[in-house]
Amino acid sequence: MSTVTNPATPHLADSFIELPARERARALLDAGTFRELLGPFDRIESPWLPLQGIVCQADDGAVIARGTIDGEPAVVAALESAFQGGSIGEVSGSKIAAALELTLRDCERGQIVRPVILFETGGVRLQEANLGLAVIAEMQAAIVALRRHVPVVGVIAGMVGCFGGMSLAAALTSHLVVTRQGRLGMNGPEVIEQEAGIDELDSSDRRRVWQLIGGAQRAAAGLADSLVEDDAHAVRAAVAQAFAQGVPATHRTAQVDTYLARLAAVDPQTVTPESMRAVFRDTHAPHSPSKEQS
Amino acid sequence: MSDTPLTRGARWFRALAGNAATPAPVWSGDAPLDGETARFISVVPDPDNRFVRATDNVVGLEQGWLLARAVRDVIAQDAHAAQRRPIVAIVDVKSQAYGYREEMLGIHLACAAAVDAYATARDAGHPVIALIVGPAMSGAFLAHGYQANRILALDAPGTLVHAMGKEAAARVTRRTVDELDKLGETIVPMSYSMASFAKLGLLDELIGDVDADAPDNAQIERVRSVLARAASSARGDARGLSRRLDNPAAQQNRAASIEVRRRLAEQWDAE
Repeated sequence: MSTVTNPATPHLADSFIELPARERARALLDAGTFRELLGPFDRIESPWLPLQGIVCQADDGAVIARGTIDGEPAVVAALESAFQGGSIGEVSGSKIAAALELTLRDCERGQIVRPVILFETGGVRLQEANLGLAVIAEMQAAIVALRRHVPVVGVIAGMVGCFGGMSLAAALTSHLVVTRQGRLGMNGPEVIEQEAGIDELDSSDRRRVWQLIGGAQRAAAGLADSLVEDDAHAVRAAVAQAFAQGVPATHRTAQVDTYLARLAAVDPQTVTPESMRAVFRDTHAPHSPSKEQS
Repeated sequence: MSDTPLTRGARWFRALAGNAATPAPVWSGDAPLDGETARFISVVPDPDNRFVRATDNVVGLEQGWLLARAVRDVIAQDAHAAQRRPIVAIVDVKSQAYGYREEMLGIHLACAAAVDAYATARDAGHPVIALIVGPAMSGAFLAHGYQANRILALDAPGTLVHAMGKEAAARVTRRTVDELDKLGETIVPMSYSMASFAKLGLLDELIGDVDADAPDNAQIERVRSVLARAASSARGDARGLSRRLDNPAAQQNRAASIEVRRRLAEQWDAE
């Protein structure tokens, strides 16, 4: 874990969390380079929501922007939590999958494009159920193929967090940047309480929930890579640094023996968010020399 | 090790691959398929699992990482082989495991590890086939089956693909189960039926006339021959999952997925 600050350029903190998706994407790209693709004026909306009497949004809650990061070509995919909780529908999910697929195509041609995904999502949009799940699988396929060429960098800033099938997508990234306000989990606290009972987890116990899946805990346990303040400059610096580090020698999801050994080393009866940190810490495989120099 | 209850996933593993080389909760093993060897993998109940929320045929922490191990094991063994062996994921997974410890210890990462392994196997040239014999639910299906080159399913009661169980989905969307069923009739991705899943262009074959709970030998052989055909044709696939959009059903019911890709490609490079 590295905590990224940028002491060279003092500034007033600009909240990243308060920015809508479009401005988050703009904040991560080099000044003046933001160019949105399939923006609101292209009006590709969900074909399924109107059939259920739900009002669409012209960008379906996903912003795709090209530009540069530290002068290198980049693409940022940002989910807008203000629309349907950042949920993944056919269109919003396909926008991200397609952006990653085009990035892969370029990388395979030797033109490296730096991909960043801003996760702010509860997962599948239930009104588009099976198509949400299908596009998440497609996104995941693209991330796995792409991260052989270039780090795929994820950001979970909050306040929605990242859940469901999208938590798997976040886990597949090469480098995950989180804030203390970001949460990462497969099943949301309410779902666990519903499925397993209030004795398993009281979802109204906010302190317990944050200690379980909050950004600080995830970073302390090595399940996220950079813990940053809610500050646009800090997020941007962490993202840039992740690209500078290059492709990890072994991605977290490929460290099978390591993690099976860690699971074997915990006692499910007694393990706590605090005690598991020691078992899971220092998960980072050493980074290989950057593979993304073109 | 206590006896594993014979779920469909266990029955079909036995029927197609015999005894497993690895214990519950993830059975894996090699068996002949059309003159070559294939790796079969199934998630089965594990009553004694030390994670008490993951004793059923669900994908929990150990299941996710063990699926990854079973798949990566094959990738390593075939790294220098002239022909990579097919991998058959027998899918009968009710859900991911819901629990406090599961979240604490990173079930999202465990499931992602399985996704990574299957996708990596497919990219390495292993034909990856998902055979749905029971429920293929949500995150559990993402981890076990959804990265396949080909998705096949038995046309039998109890086989389904969905993002959330019916009762939970009704609760979350503030509808009754009846209303949900009715919506599924008109809104294809909402439906829980295999036929609707096929309409999305995601299903390669629905295998009819098979008793999913007690198949006879002829039925097992027929399923085996469908698997062999799927594995053989998957060898000719382009890399990735583009095939899922390149078919008449997808053109009809996933027009938006196709349109997004077409127009994003047009705008990708600045004029």
